[in-house]
Amino acid sequence: MDSAIWVTLALTLKVAGCATALNLVLGVAAAWLLARRRFPGRDLVDAVLTLPLVLPPTVLGYYLLVVIGRRGWLGAWLHQAFGIQLIFTWQGAVIAATLVAFPLLLKSARTAFEAVDPQLENAARVLGLGEWAVFFRITLPMATPGILAGALLVFARSLGEFGATLMVAGSLPGRTQTLSVAVYEAVQAGQDDTANLLVAITSLTCVAVLLAVGRLAPAARAR
Amino acid sequence: MGFDVDIERTVGDDRRGRFRLQVRFTTQARRTVVYGPSGAGKSLTLQALAGLGPPDRGRIAFQGETLFDAEAGINLPARQRRFGYLFQDYALFPHLNVRQNVAFALHSGWRNPAARGRSDEDDPVERWLRSFELTGLAALRPVELSGGQRQRVALARALVNTPRALLLDEPFSALDAALRQRMRRELDELLARIDIPVVMITHDPEDLGWFGEQAVHLLDGRVVEPPVEPGG
Repeated sequence: MDSAIWVTLALTLKVAGCATALNLVLGVAAAWLLARRRFPGRDLVDAVLTLPLVLPPTVLGYYLLVVIGRRGWLGAWLHQAFGIQLIFTWQGAVIAATLVAFPLLLKSARTAFEAVDPQLENAARVLGLGEWAVFFRITLPMATPGILAGALLVFARSLGEFGATLMVAGSLPGRTQTLSVAVYEAVQAGQDDTANLLVAITSLTCVAVLLAVGRLAPAARAR
Repeated sequence: MGFDVDIERTVGDDRRGRFRLQVRFTTQARRTVVYGPSGAGKSLTLQALAGLGPPDRGRIAFQGETLFDAEAGINLPARQRRFGYLFQDYALFPHLNVRQNVAFALHSGWRNPAARGRSDEDDPVERWLRSFELTGLAALRPVELSGGQRQRVALARALVNTPRALLLDEPFSALDAALRQRMRRELDELLARIDIPVVMITHDPEDLGWFGEQAVHLLDGRVVEPPVEPGG
C-alpha cells in the first residue's frame, strides 16, 4: 500500500512538473504577444485563452477527447503517422493539466510584461540591441518574479487537477492515477487511511506552494 | 553636417484628440536646442531622429545618410543608427547595477554583462566608470543613486559605444535647481570634450543660453519663425 502511494505521488509530481514546464514556454510566449503586440482579433484570442479558467474541467476533458482521442482529428493523425496514443497515458494527463492551468500563468505573465516600462526596451534598442536581445536582457528578467509566481500557481493547480485528467488519462494505478484521482478512488472504496494520507500530502504541498508565491509576489510588486 | 529633418506625424485618435507634428529644420551647429513648451512636439521629434517612432511622411538624414524616407520605404532601425540617447527619466535598467548599465552596449548577444568586472585597469568599462566618477558606485542599483549620479550613469551608458550623435531629452528637468546648474556645467564640459553633434530638447529657456548654438523653436507641432525670445 505504502509504495503505491509513493508511486502515485511521483507520477503526480512528474505530471505537474511537465505541465508547468510546457506552460512556461507556451504561456510566456502568448502573454508577451498579448502584452506587446497589437493584432486583429486580440481580444478574442485573450478570451479563448482564458476560457479554461471558467469552463468546467469535464467540458475541457471532452474537448480534449474530441481533439486528441483515438478518433479525434489530431489524435487519429498522431496514431496513424507516429503510433502515438495520448488517451490513457501520463502524457495525456500532462496535456489535460496544461490546458486547465494555462490561464493562471498567462494572466501573471501578461501583468508582469505590461508592468515593464516600454521606455526601457527603447533604451536597449538605441544601445544597439535587436528584438530578441531586448526580450532576453530587459523584458524577461524584469518580468521573472511575476512569471515564477504564475508558474507556482500552475504547478499547484496541476497537482490537484481532477476532472479533465480523469476523462483523458483515466485512473490506472501506477500509470495515470494522480493524487486527486487516487483520493476519489480511495474514498469510493472506503479506504479512509489511504484517503487521509493522500489528502494530507496534497494539502501540505499546496500550502508550501502558496507560501512560495507569497514570497515572490512582493518582489514582483516592488518594481 | 548635422540633421536634415522634414517630417509629418499625426498621433492620437478622434476620441482623445489628435496632435499633428509638422516640422522642417536643418542643424548646422554642433549643438542644437529644440525649444518649446510641453506639448509642442519636441519629444516626438527627438524620437523620430532616434528611430523610436516613425513619422507618417517625410525624410530624415544625418550627415548626408538617409535614416528615414517614407516614400522610399527607408526606416533604419534604432539599433543601427548609432546615436546616444539620454532619456528624460534616464531609463536606467533597474535590474542591473551601475557597471552593467554602463557596459550594456558593449555586450552583444542575449546575455547581460557580468555584475562584477575584472579588476583590470585597462578594461574599457573601468575607464568609463573612472572618467564619470562612478567607480565607487559600480555595484549599486539605480534606485540607490541620487539624481545627479543617475544622470552620469545614463550619459556614460549612452557614450560607451562611441555614438555618432547625442540626443538629449530634457536632461535637467528631473533635477532640483541647485543640482541643475552643476549638471549643466558638467554636461557643457563633457560635450566640449567628446565633440559630436548634439541635439537637446528642452522647455527651459536657461538651457538655450548654455547649449543653444542653434535654436529650433517649436510651438503646437510647428517650427516658429522668427524665434521667440527665451522667457519673453
